[in-house]
Amino acid sequence: MIISYLLVLFKILLALLLAPGLVGYVRWLKARLQNRRGAPPWLPYYELSKLFGKEVVMSNNASWLFRVAPYIVFASAVAVTLLIPLIATDMPFDRVGDLLLVVYLLLLGTFFLALAGLDPGTAFGGMGASREMTVAAIAEPTIALAIFGLALGAGSTNLGRIVSATLAEPGVAISPGHLLAFVALFIVTLAETGRLPVDNPATHLELTMIHEAMVLEYSGRYLALIEWASWLKLLIFFALLANLFVPWGLAASHSPAALALGVIALVVKLAVLGAVVAIAETRVAKLRLFRVPELLSVSFVLALLAVTSSFLLK
Amino acid sequence: MEFLLQLMLGAYVVGAAGSLLGGDARWGQGLAALGATLGAGATLALGAVALLSSATLTLTLPGVLPLVGVSLRVDGLSAFFLVVVGLVGMAAGIYGYGYAAAYVGRYSLRRLGLLLNLLLWSLSLLVLADNALIFLLVWEVMSLSAYLLVLTESDQPGTVRAGNWYLSMTHAGFAALLGMFLMLSGGDLSTSFQAMREQTGGLSPLLRDIIFVLALIGFGAKAGIVPLHIWLPMAHPVAPSHVSALMSGLVIKTGVYGLVRVALDLLGGGPVWWGGTILALGAISALLGVLYALMEHDLKRLLAYHSVENIGIILIGVGAGLVFQRYGLMTLAALGLIGGLYHTINHATFKGLLFLGAGSVLHATHTRNMEDMGGLIKPMPWTAAFFLIGAAAISALPPLNGFASEWLVFQSLLGSAQIPVPEIAVFMPVAVGMLALTSGLAAACFVKAFGITFLAIPRSHEAAHAHEAPLSMRLGMGILAVVCVALGLAPAWVTPLLGRALTGLGGLPDTQTAFTLGVFLHAPDGFGRMSPLLTGLGLLVLLVAIPLLMRLLRVNQRLRMGDSWGCGRIGQTPRMEYTATAFAEPLRRVFAELYRPSKELTIDFHPESRYFVQSIAYKSEISPLFERWFYEPLLALIQRLARLVRRLQAGSLHLYLAYVVVVLVILLLSARWYS
Repeated sequence: MIISYLLVLFKILLALLLAPGLVGYVRWLKARLQNRRGAPPWLPYYELSKLFGKEVVMSNNASWLFRVAPYIVFASAVAVTLLIPLIATDMPFDRVGDLLLVVYLLLLGTFFLALAGLDPGTAFGGMGASREMTVAAIAEPTIALAIFGLALGAGSTNLGRIVSATLAEPGVAISPGHLLAFVALFIVTLAETGRLPVDNPATHLELTMIHEAMVLEYSGRYLALIEWASWLKLLIFFALLANLFVPWGLAASHSPAALALGVIALVVKLAVLGAVVAIAETRVAKLRLFRVPELLSVSFVLALLAVTSSFLLK
Repeated sequence: MEFLLQLMLGAYVVGAAGSLLGGDARWGQGLAALGATLGAGATLALGAVALLSSATLTLTLPGVLPLVGVSLRVDGLSAFFLVVVGLVGMAAGIYGYGYAAAYVGRYSLRRLGLLLNLLLWSLSLLVLADNALIFLLVWEVMSLSAYLLVLTESDQPGTVRAGNWYLSMTHAGFAALLGMFLMLSGGDLSTSFQAMREQTGGLSPLLRDIIFVLALIGFGAKAGIVPLHIWLPMAHPVAPSHVSALMSGLVIKTGVYGLVRVALDLLGGGPVWWGGTILALGAISALLGVLYALMEHDLKRLLAYHSVENIGIILIGVGAGLVFQRYGLMTLAALGLIGGLYHTINHATFKGLLFLGAGSVLHATHTRNMEDMGGLIKPMPWTAAFFLIGAAAISALPPLNGFASEWLVFQSLLGSAQIPVPEIAVFMPVAVGMLALTSGLAAACFVKAFGITFLAIPRSHEAAHAHEAPLSMRLGMGILAVVCVALGLAPAWVTPLLGRALTGLGGLPDTQTAFTLGVFLHAPDGFGRMSPLLTGLGLLVLLVAIPLLMRLLRVNQRLRMGDSWGCGRIGQTPRMEYTATAFAEPLRRVFAELYRPSKELTIDFHPESRYFVQSIAYKSEISPLFERWFYEPLLALIQRLARLVRRLQAGSLHLYLAYVVVVLVILLLSARWYS
């Protein structure tokens, strides 16, 4: 009992520790692919410690909501980490929620972050909030359908059940339904985590940015929480992509050896997905904001095909 | 229970009478509010007692209305709707005490108090009606009192027009309902519902289909499903705000009640296209409702369009339930219907809350235009907090109540894989996609509604000098806010009760065993499982632990106030803020095919150089799709018919007497013929 709760604590700490590294690694790899030297992969850790040490400067126009929002954003991301399979199956909090809860908890964070973007009353914040909510809303049907496709195969929307269904019947992983759902969810991951071609995490050019515009007024510990939460969100989406579609490596028992293997498997999967994103980001340019819906409708059609094929092939 | 029924009816009468006698006097206002609150409280208690004890109460008063007799019955379904009516009615009653005070000297409080009590009385009685005649009579009282309440501020522009639309739509619906009940009862409207239940099996399939279509039109016009929603965004915003809360929270729900009562209970379900049609109309209403809401910057009209959206979500659940019932998948059918009913009570509470919140804003700023608001979170902290809870609930954010019911609806749609006919099952994912898009857009819309109204800098003098709502209004909102949270945390206890309310309707089994009581909310057959209570607790723990940990780890705790960053400009004015229109602009572009926005840009250049601009006027409108393509041709047709009828009316008395004689002769002949 106690051990499994300690394990949950370990899981949160692991996710929190890996998240900045993952982002740093993607940035570093991208720089290397572009023939730049790049900042070292551990730079995000320095960023966090720097921000936590600085004082907060808050806009005179902002209200209490501006001060509460970072905590809600961070708490919702951590809560999601509790629900998803990271290193082992059958963890204590697996059954508190299902995939739908995961999606809506992430939306809770986005909702409050967008409100906080409007709070200081600048045009940047409003612009970012408006765009963020637009992208989040249009991405929603794809996520729901991808869940639907996964749930049909497993007979449940619960993450543990989806993982164990794929483990029990490995052939499912290469069925057309799963492959299509994977691609759909991958496109949504790019949109939801603010990566190219939807948003450019490296830019501070006002007219193109989404996430960065929304959090422009944040500083100090609040900015640290928000940045950390958004890095965590990237890790969450990568972990979902990796462990729902390719669940091998997740520790089935809670023995130290199996857990160590689980951690290694997680790091390897994150590294592979990070490399894919880094390569993709060096190959594509950012889309105009009003072309983003076209990309997302492609992903929606893929998800719809995924569900339909699992209906027909059943 | 009989005592509660008497208390309920008595209290409304006292409230109405007190208001009639007291008028503008303080005691008159007090009695009106007390009657409404007490009556609604008794309604709530009656529903709760009946639901918890699963008792049914039948009451016939043959002497009260000659020829018909009053016949009332409390069963599970009506008990559930009594609870809904009681909850929102109570909050609106308390709130109305403070809200109506601002009307003294401007509008008739005598009329407002009387009609408010009458509306609540008819709402409570409607769901108890046990024969068609009582149902139709009370239905008409409800429609007319709501109509007169819409006209309260009849000197404001647009109010009378909105009232006319409402009245004509509700009467078109009433005609459909009258025809429907005549067919259902074989011509005798005083037939009890029980007798109808027994007869309907013997009706021909065609007649059953016609009855269903008429019910869908009649109840759909009241519920505001697309394309019969047109009156809703006109009539709901112009009513006094606590009446808007009652109309959006309760009156449109009587359409849902009627549809479930007739299609599921009296007719016992039907062919698959019944459920399919309800499901499709629900999905279309949900999506179009939220899309039109996004383009609104009148706060109350925005909320009214969201009522169309949420009625759509309710009907997705109900429609899915009927489809499953047709295929004998009874647990799934119960799940869909429970999702629909759960969303009914949820929408009643959060939309009631939001309308009351919008009322407080209107009370303080005297405008419904969001572009003139802003920064209200500082002068109105309570209203802002309550509105935020409502906004998060309607956006289906966990752990609030909107999430619980949408989760149930999603789960029921996920069960569609069990439908044996793949051609039907394939449509379900489309509904899932539409529902998901709806909830995403609703979140975007409420970021806009809350953000533009309550956050940033005030955009007008009124908004800068706003004041917090008085205690009674805060209390009314507070009740609904608490209920929103409670219903969100406790679905595992609420769903079995809803299952009990539905037991026996249309052959639905007792589903209480399928939904395990406990901390977790299970969809049956283990399809999904989650616990909003534990999620809420977890979030709370994290929200306390994170700042504590940051303090322990000696994170820098200093905070300095400063100006917003503005690329070097010096003072910030409200004109630099993002507006509601700008916020919704990306979505307007994305869905331009639907909105077909028109744009008009007039630039007045300086006479000496085109590099200097003297003034810019920009005007943009979206094209009202249904008015243009459905209602304008319809109105033109009606006017043409009316001109034809005019030929019969020559104005000569002799001619009219001749008409009377001809009709009399025909009637006598036909009476002779049939006997």
